[in-house]
Amino acid sequence: MSQNNIQMFPKYDVIVVGAGHAGCEAAVAAANMGSKVLLATMNMQTIAQMSCNPAMGGVAKGQIVREIDALGGYSGIVTDRTMIQFRMLNRSKGPAMWSPRAQSDRMAFAAEWRSMLEKHPNIDFWQEMVNGLIVKNGRVCGVTTGMGIEILSEAVVLTNGTFLNGIIHIGEKQFGGGRAGESAARGITEQLVSLGFEAGRMKTGTPPRLDGRSLNYDRMEEQPGDENPSKFSYSDTPTLTKQRSCHITYTSPEVHDLLKTGFDRSPMFNGRIQGLGPRYCPSIEDKINRFADRDRHQLFVEPEGWNTVEVYINGFSSSLPEDVQYKALKKIVGFEDVKMFRPGYAIEYDYFPPMQLSLSLETRLVKNLFFAGQINGTTGYEEAACQGMMAGLNAALAVKDQEPFILKRSEAYIGVLIDDLVSKGTEEPYRMFTSRAEFRILLRQDNADTRLTPLTEGLGIKGMDARLARVREKVQSANAIALYCRESNVSPDDINGYLETAGTPAIKQRTKIHNLLMRPQIDIMGLRQALPHLNEFLKKYDAECIESAEIDLKYEAYIEKEQEMAVRMRRLEDLRLYDSLDYHALPSLSIEARQKLTKVRPRTIGQASRISGVSPSDISVLLIHVGR
Amino acid sequence: MYYSKHQFDDTIVALATPAGIGAIAVIRLSGKDALRIADLFFYGKKLSRQKSHTAHFGTIRHENQHVIDEVLATVFVAPRSYTRENTVEISTHGSPYIVQQVIQLAIRHGARMAQPGEFTLRAFLNGQLDLSQAEAVADLIASNSESAHQLAIQQMRGGFSLQIKQLREELVHFASLMELELDFGEEDVEFANRDDLKLLVLKIQKIIRHLSDSFALGNVLKNGVLTVIAGRPNAGKSTLLNALLNEERAIVSEIAGTTRDTIEEILNINGIAFRLVDTAGIRQATDAIEAIGVQKTMEKVRQSAVLLYVFDMLETTMEEVKTDLEALRQDDMKILVICNKQDTNELFQIEVLSKRIQVDKIIALSAKYGTHLKDLKSTLYDLVSAGQVKSDSTIVSNARHYEALQKSDECLSAVLNSMATGITTDFVAMDIRRALYHLGSITGTVTTDDLLENIFRNFCIGK
Repeated sequence: MSQNNIQMFPKYDVIVVGAGHAGCEAAVAAANMGSKVLLATMNMQTIAQMSCNPAMGGVAKGQIVREIDALGGYSGIVTDRTMIQFRMLNRSKGPAMWSPRAQSDRMAFAAEWRSMLEKHPNIDFWQEMVNGLIVKNGRVCGVTTGMGIEILSEAVVLTNGTFLNGIIHIGEKQFGGGRAGESAARGITEQLVSLGFEAGRMKTGTPPRLDGRSLNYDRMEEQPGDENPSKFSYSDTPTLTKQRSCHITYTSPEVHDLLKTGFDRSPMFNGRIQGLGPRYCPSIEDKINRFADRDRHQLFVEPEGWNTVEVYINGFSSSLPEDVQYKALKKIVGFEDVKMFRPGYAIEYDYFPPMQLSLSLETRLVKNLFFAGQINGTTGYEEAACQGMMAGLNAALAVKDQEPFILKRSEAYIGVLIDDLVSKGTEEPYRMFTSRAEFRILLRQDNADTRLTPLTEGLGIKGMDARLARVREKVQSANAIALYCRESNVSPDDINGYLETAGTPAIKQRTKIHNLLMRPQIDIMGLRQALPHLNEFLKKYDAECIESAEIDLKYEAYIEKEQEMAVRMRRLEDLRLYDSLDYHALPSLSIEARQKLTKVRPRTIGQASRISGVSPSDISVLLIHVGR
Repeated sequence: MYYSKHQFDDTIVALATPAGIGAIAVIRLSGKDALRIADLFFYGKKLSRQKSHTAHFGTIRHENQHVIDEVLATVFVAPRSYTRENTVEISTHGSPYIVQQVIQLAIRHGARMAQPGEFTLRAFLNGQLDLSQAEAVADLIASNSESAHQLAIQQMRGGFSLQIKQLREELVHFASLMELELDFGEEDVEFANRDDLKLLVLKIQKIIRHLSDSFALGNVLKNGVLTVIAGRPNAGKSTLLNALLNEERAIVSEIAGTTRDTIEEILNINGIAFRLVDTAGIRQATDAIEAIGVQKTMEKVRQSAVLLYVFDMLETTMEEVKTDLEALRQDDMKILVICNKQDTNELFQIEVLSKRIQVDKIIALSAKYGTHLKDLKSTLYDLVSAGQVKSDSTIVSNARHYEALQKSDECLSAVLNSMATGITTDFVAMDIRRALYHLGSITGTVTTDDLLENIFRNFCIGK
């Protein structure tokens, strides 16, 4: 190392490699923990790029963004400040399913992220490709760059996204790249493999971008935003006053036939793509091929921002030759005069099977080295962002020699995600679904703050005090509302009119508000209108708090049932298994269990119980060996 | 869905003495609520008010007040017990039927069937055993669950598990539809038809209840393996029964057609109960009463798991044996052919017979002189212990299944209830997932990955 470099760079606490959703959250999380952070990216113009669709949230993903916000991450704030449309999805499906989703202004989103990062005094930037790690005695101590610079740090977070040996496919053409128009990153995979890491290959894709001026929206269905748009952050971010609509159109048999003419040149079908793609996010050619009986597929036409004509065609991801894409697009209703900005493409990239990580997202092979995002085999901005945040927090904690911060499956989708990755691994790009969580009723978007913000107490995250105070106030208010509803009676005369219009039986004697609220047809807004005293009482509380209190009261029996099961599960989650435990020395374990446990090195008995091949009797044996 | 099988705050129950038929059986309840739960079906002194290490006489009663058995209950108050938890040990008479009933009562009143080795595990976790003892326990648990596992596999071969499996498949499909609706509701997908779901749930409940009723009655255990002795008049069926039981139970005489009704006896071979049924001989009946007898014989034969076809080596030709077997043979039935009166015909060639008929085993013996009865007994035992006979022979597993069925039934009722109130899909799905979890403890766990797998395979989703 030359004297020169030492002057150029201080020794950092944490170097974050990559500035996508994972990298940005990692940098902020570590910086807010007081770490001195360097954010290294190949291109500072593409910080926080939305590589795929211009949207945040959605089913399960929206809950994750709320969780990130509750833990002090910035994704929710940036989204709120730059969205062009907001919808609460699944309104009709019950509170556990309500999922916030925003259509973002792609350019504004990236700009806002960069500006927030730049405002942070603990974050430095460096634009260059990181092509290696400095590893000494099984511990990472910095990175090396393409220019041969060595930058030292206590910890490194890798968030390389799709850039590691990325190959882009369009028809029979293929070229190296991490994203359209950006080059791939080399060196890191090769070095990690030489250190003993296992690497794999994954594939994902993106649809064409079109010129919005060439589309006929009159021939499509309009999909406007919510009338009363909500938002992601629990902090004081703005709500939307005007919104842009999306539009819906469909493919047709004619479109399918045209697409089929390119199948022989498809890298998907001729075997050129080896990586495994996500089944829940198939390319249009894959949909036509696998579900031949469907004569149309839904397409969402999503605007890319307030001030651009560019649109994103959600549902038309493709790696067919560009001319085939173009011809097929022209046959879609509303797209007759279409002009393309760029074709869709597929991308293959390296990932590291996540069973090589511990629950803190630290690699088990190299100390203080953390992985987050697509490098772990996940897909999606939200999945990446939450891992980045957790890796950033844990890198900062590792630097301070403190215990890692780990969320349980019963506490957060983030906990489910990381536990799934680490305990089970993933064969295809991993996306969050609500069905992956066993305690869906507990992990709602309305209560992410009361669930998670209190857990940050004592971690020392900058700026959390105001959030903690807000949560305490929300909890107190909810308790007061609950108490009122449990104790106040209403008389038949006051309420039967409303009950009748709501289509639910009248009451014959005085009844508690809570009991009425438990009827599915009844909501607190309706009760408020019918009961002046309730209305008066609720005036001092904000809408979000009332809604949360209402959900807890209305679904109390279900919530309690899940809580009970969660508590049972938690007992095993609290029983630690230490890394030093030699599973091969426990002859009572089945051979498969010994191998799997040695590979995964679960942190708790609970995690061990979720590893395939570890049976209940193996768990009993472990219980004995960890002591009581 | 990873709901843990390991919980330590609930009350567990299991048979503490070896399974099978012994003079007495001890059923142990351990856990915080052990005494309270026992009080709900033990009639005598209130156990929860008794001092530790005291024994009390009383009766065990079914919810309908019917007395199941007179028992002795011994109370151990925490921490002065093996598990260091409140414990009740109930000594009953050693009938598998009674044991089954008592365990089921305990489960219905809130106890849970213990996992293999769980009492010892608790003893260790609660600080009763030291590590060297615990090491031995770990081995024990491992081997116990191995045999429990093999047992489970044995039982899986029965038609019962097949039925449950089919129902579970259908329920998994519905659960997938619900999850599809929840996770992909924004997309162009089909929704689960609520009427169909209701019908399916009702259908599953009907079968589950039927199954759990049959356990509740203890049919399988009370009756043992239904083994029907059939053959022509005077072939020596009753003599064989008596020889097996060593007592003069059936009326034996030289007059053909003496046994006009069916006669049942329990034969215990190494702890496995065989319900032996002696039947009237098969022939053209000469009077009305005998005709009824023959009809009853056929009825019994149809129900039987094992058929002991007995013939007289001197009187009956191979051709006749063949004809009789054709008339008696049922699906899934194990057939043993008993060549009786071995002493009378030394020229009979069993090898020739074995080439002409398809049966599980041919045994030549003399019922009258008691020769080769041992061969017959060991053949019967082997058939059952090798899992070849349609039976669910052990109490432990049955009670475990019973518990799983009860819990699934509860969850399914919750599904119906939720749908009736018009509550949103997320809550309905929660109960369906719980039902699947409980059914899964019989047929194998359903994970969220299974549901997603099913969705990805069958539905076109993803933008």
